[in-house]
Amino acid sequence: MRRALWVLAVLLSHWRRHKMQFATLVIGLVAATALWSGVQAINQQARNAYDRAAATFGGVRTAMLVAPNAATFSQDLFVKLRRAGWPVSPVLEGRVQVNGRSIRLLGIEPVTLPADVGNAPRLGASDLSSFVAPPGQTLVARETLTDLQEQEGAAPSISSGAKLPPLRVLPQLVPEVLVVDIGVAQRLLNKPDQVSRLLIGTPKGKPAPLASIVGDQLQRIEPNAETELERLTDSFHLNLTAFGLLSFFVGLFIVNSAVGLAFEQRLPMLRTLRACGASARLVNTVMVVELVVLALVAGLIGLACGYFIAAALLPDVVASLRGLYGAQIPGQLTLRPEWWLAGIGISIAGAMVAAATSLIKAFRMPVLVTAQPYAWQQRQRRWLILQSAAACAVFAVALLLLRYGDSLISGFGVLAALMFGAALILPASLEIILLVGQRTARGPLARWFWADSRQQLSGLSLALMALLLALAVNVGVSTMVETFSRTFVGWLSGRLAADVYISASDNAQGVAIRNWLKDRSEAQAILSGGRAETQVQGQPVELLGLPDHALYRERWPLLEAAPRAWTRLIPGNAAFISEQLSRRINVRVGDVVEVPAPGGTWELDIVGIYADYGNPKGQLAVNVAALIRQFPQTPQTRIGLIVARDKIAGLIVALQKQFALDERSVADQATVKAESIRIFNRTFAVTSALNAFTLGVAGIALLTSLLTLANSRLPQLAPLWAIGITRPRLAAIELTKTLSVALFTALLAVPLGLLVAWCLIAIVNVKAFGWRLPFHVFPLQLVELIAVALLASLLAAALPVLRLARMQPANLVKVFANER
Amino acid sequence: MLSIKNLSKTFSSAGEPVHVLRGVDLELRAGERVALTGESGSGKSTLLHLIAGLDAADGGTIRLEDAEVTNLSDAGRAAVRRDRIGLVFQQYNLIPSLSVEDNLAFQARIAGRHDAAWTKELVERLGLAGLLKRYPEQLSGGQQQRVAIGRALATKPSLLLADEPTGNLDEETADDVLALARDLVARTGCGFLMVTHSLHLAGTLDRHVILHAGRIA
Repeated sequence: MRRALWVLAVLLSHWRRHKMQFATLVIGLVAATALWSGVQAINQQARNAYDRAAATFGGVRTAMLVAPNAATFSQDLFVKLRRAGWPVSPVLEGRVQVNGRSIRLLGIEPVTLPADVGNAPRLGASDLSSFVAPPGQTLVARETLTDLQEQEGAAPSISSGAKLPPLRVLPQLVPEVLVVDIGVAQRLLNKPDQVSRLLIGTPKGKPAPLASIVGDQLQRIEPNAETELERLTDSFHLNLTAFGLLSFFVGLFIVNSAVGLAFEQRLPMLRTLRACGASARLVNTVMVVELVVLALVAGLIGLACGYFIAAALLPDVVASLRGLYGAQIPGQLTLRPEWWLAGIGISIAGAMVAAATSLIKAFRMPVLVTAQPYAWQQRQRRWLILQSAAACAVFAVALLLLRYGDSLISGFGVLAALMFGAALILPASLEIILLVGQRTARGPLARWFWADSRQQLSGLSLALMALLLALAVNVGVSTMVETFSRTFVGWLSGRLAADVYISASDNAQGVAIRNWLKDRSEAQAILSGGRAETQVQGQPVELLGLPDHALYRERWPLLEAAPRAWTRLIPGNAAFISEQLSRRINVRVGDVVEVPAPGGTWELDIVGIYADYGNPKGQLAVNVAALIRQFPQTPQTRIGLIVARDKIAGLIVALQKQFALDERSVADQATVKAESIRIFNRTFAVTSALNAFTLGVAGIALLTSLLTLANSRLPQLAPLWAIGITRPRLAAIELTKTLSVALFTALLAVPLGLLVAWCLIAIVNVKAFGWRLPFHVFPLQLVELIAVALLASLLAAALPVLRLARMQPANLVKVFANER
Repeated sequence: MLSIKNLSKTFSSAGEPVHVLRGVDLELRAGERVALTGESGSGKSTLLHLIAGLDAADGGTIRLEDAEVTNLSDAGRAAVRRDRIGLVFQQYNLIPSLSVEDNLAFQARIAGRHDAAWTKELVERLGLAGLLKRYPEQLSGGQQQRVAIGRALATKPSLLLADEPTGNLDEETADDVLALARDLVARTGCGFLMVTHSLHLAGTLDRHVILHAGRIA
């Protein structure tokens, strides 16, 4: 043991003498772990929230019985089933308006509630009586209590004037929901003896068949392992994971570079250790232990950084998920022990992967191997050929995935293969460029410039690969976001036809608002809309009722339409289909879609396809009157108004005053548009932040590589200094060389980035969201990015170059002093 | 103390076998100081490496005291090196990240035989007292080689092997360094086998053997 500790002390002493190299290694591991674990923390937070939502008093995690038309049904069926031995529990669900805010109300029957409803928050026996006995309780999440601006114990009124039972915080409860006893819910929702669904517990025996008790009045829905929300948000989290992985790999590039160089520099030390009697097994084991210890320490620092990154990004992610998918994620970061363990694990695994080549070399190293610092430079040509061959193989994989892949994963696979292949082929491409430069150079200094750049290439290639990847992703993502931004703003202008949008809390309020508006001269037109939920070919589909108004015909954007599409919509046997649904169920203009409706199958001719950016659900747009005929229970709570511009503000104030509507329930077009654009921007704020982090890590990779190489450059530079080239001039040459290779890399990153953008727009977006955007190139953006790359390279090169410019002649003389 | 019988070693160069050692026989008594010379490529360093267990022989035997080096595993050879052999190289091979003090004590600590009094004596005899906190790169070639000799002798080995220990030094420094090595070898009573090109230096040791065409001439 003592022997191993001595060997470890010797190995560690290398880092004491090469502090910058040590810093490089730690920074690489910290950056890789931090970005990866930060993204994982965000994903975990969101998935926990989905899980909580899904399991809230028997969500989709529990088998249930519902009416075939998804309407409420009599609680007599519940009584019948209980008597027949079915362990069912009734739930009534609806929405109420509290303090001007529409909120979900859930009525449960706690005595019969199945015990096995996932990780649902449960009521203890002692709480049961206070929950059911008058005045009862309204269970609420702390976030919701804050949103409602109420205190625990308060009993706020709903819009009908009825009072909720006193509020009580249940910490595990999902936000945006109020839970009361089912009797209270029936009273508050004005649905006496009605039930939305029956949760099914574990039966003790074998109860009578369902049909023999309730006929076809109820149907069984099996529990889902994955909720609709989870399915919808999968692509969002996959996107985050992809960025986390990219940053992780860029970080590992730094680690690989640092470990590789350290290994080469430690070769003489390893040889001496072996010569002094340390066995190969002992040295190798201690090297692995050293790496694991370093990874452990760096992993812990990385996790702490990851926590702060996640905490900084979480508000934007929460806003994006709420805006895009209606997902409620707590804004406070809570982390599970497995996150910490996984973070440490990924740090150690990453370090081992990054160091694998060096470790294998060390394991195989014969004790008599000649110490060859930077030996890889001599093997550069062979490596370039091997790397280029590997790049071609990876490109072939990308082509195969492009040709035969048909999923989001395969889309990301194409991207990954493309970038990996490009990184592999980068050194060979730069070698060719530099070789051409060398052959065309005239003066001796110019020839040396190109030749020395080539020699330096192998030491810098990993950092340049990281820079290439970061830049390409930046070009790709920026192009995609800018394309999306322009398309989205244009689309939104057409889509938001009305001047004022109202969302009534229920049908009664909707009728009251419409009646009130008829007497208001400011309202030039009242456009009633509606939405119903159904399923088409197993896909959840939203039916959107459009009013028949000239404004829609003029402004509603259609990607593709049959002749007289709007006229054909009026009778109610035709529909427009959203682009994403048309892709998902493979339906085009001219096809027929069968929609299950309460009165039977509703056949709809597809007469148009429209873009529906930002909506995760598939949608069919039909005439609103036809929708209400087919789905009589469609809430008629959505109202659009055409109002003269100067009358909008006054009318909104009057509506708010008259019907106690908050700013969410009534808003003008500009506000809705601004909110949509704000959500859009916040969605991509996370992407932009990760983009910037990745570029930053690449900059660090370049800096650390240059700093590490700086000392080894002296033998190349000292002869030039000796023949009369001043140190400042040498420094300027070094800077020019670094900027040249960075510029070449940036120029190669542009076409790669555009290819990445195309993949994102034409493959990933289509698979993830179902919409395809037009592909645009933004030259100014590309020029800006090249400038940023050069600036990052300038900053990275500044320190080593300054050191060289200020270097004492004695240090340069040493180069010759050591030559004997 | 050291007995080598019929030792052979062949390397492959450009696909062709090169017979470097073709049956070397050599005996070394305890405390005996032997110089090994021969033309370039005659196999001097190879012989030294085989004795030290840095490489494996193709045939023959090497016995160091009671240990048959040629029959040992890599770990066994490492143990022999650690406990019984001191090695000095032309390139010094000090550990650049350790101070002189730590370099001196390094092998002894690995072997678990660190003797502070003996190390102190070595420091004084080698004239390293003022250099203990320095790092190898801050020393001259002669100073570095003195540290290397100190490190090799710190374990009080049975055999000191030196491969061109003065090859990088000027003549005056080389004489000084070798004189120190001879004194210390005499003080410890260990065997000393030194590869050298210098006939002058070879003449200062007890015996001079020549390696020619893969055999002791």
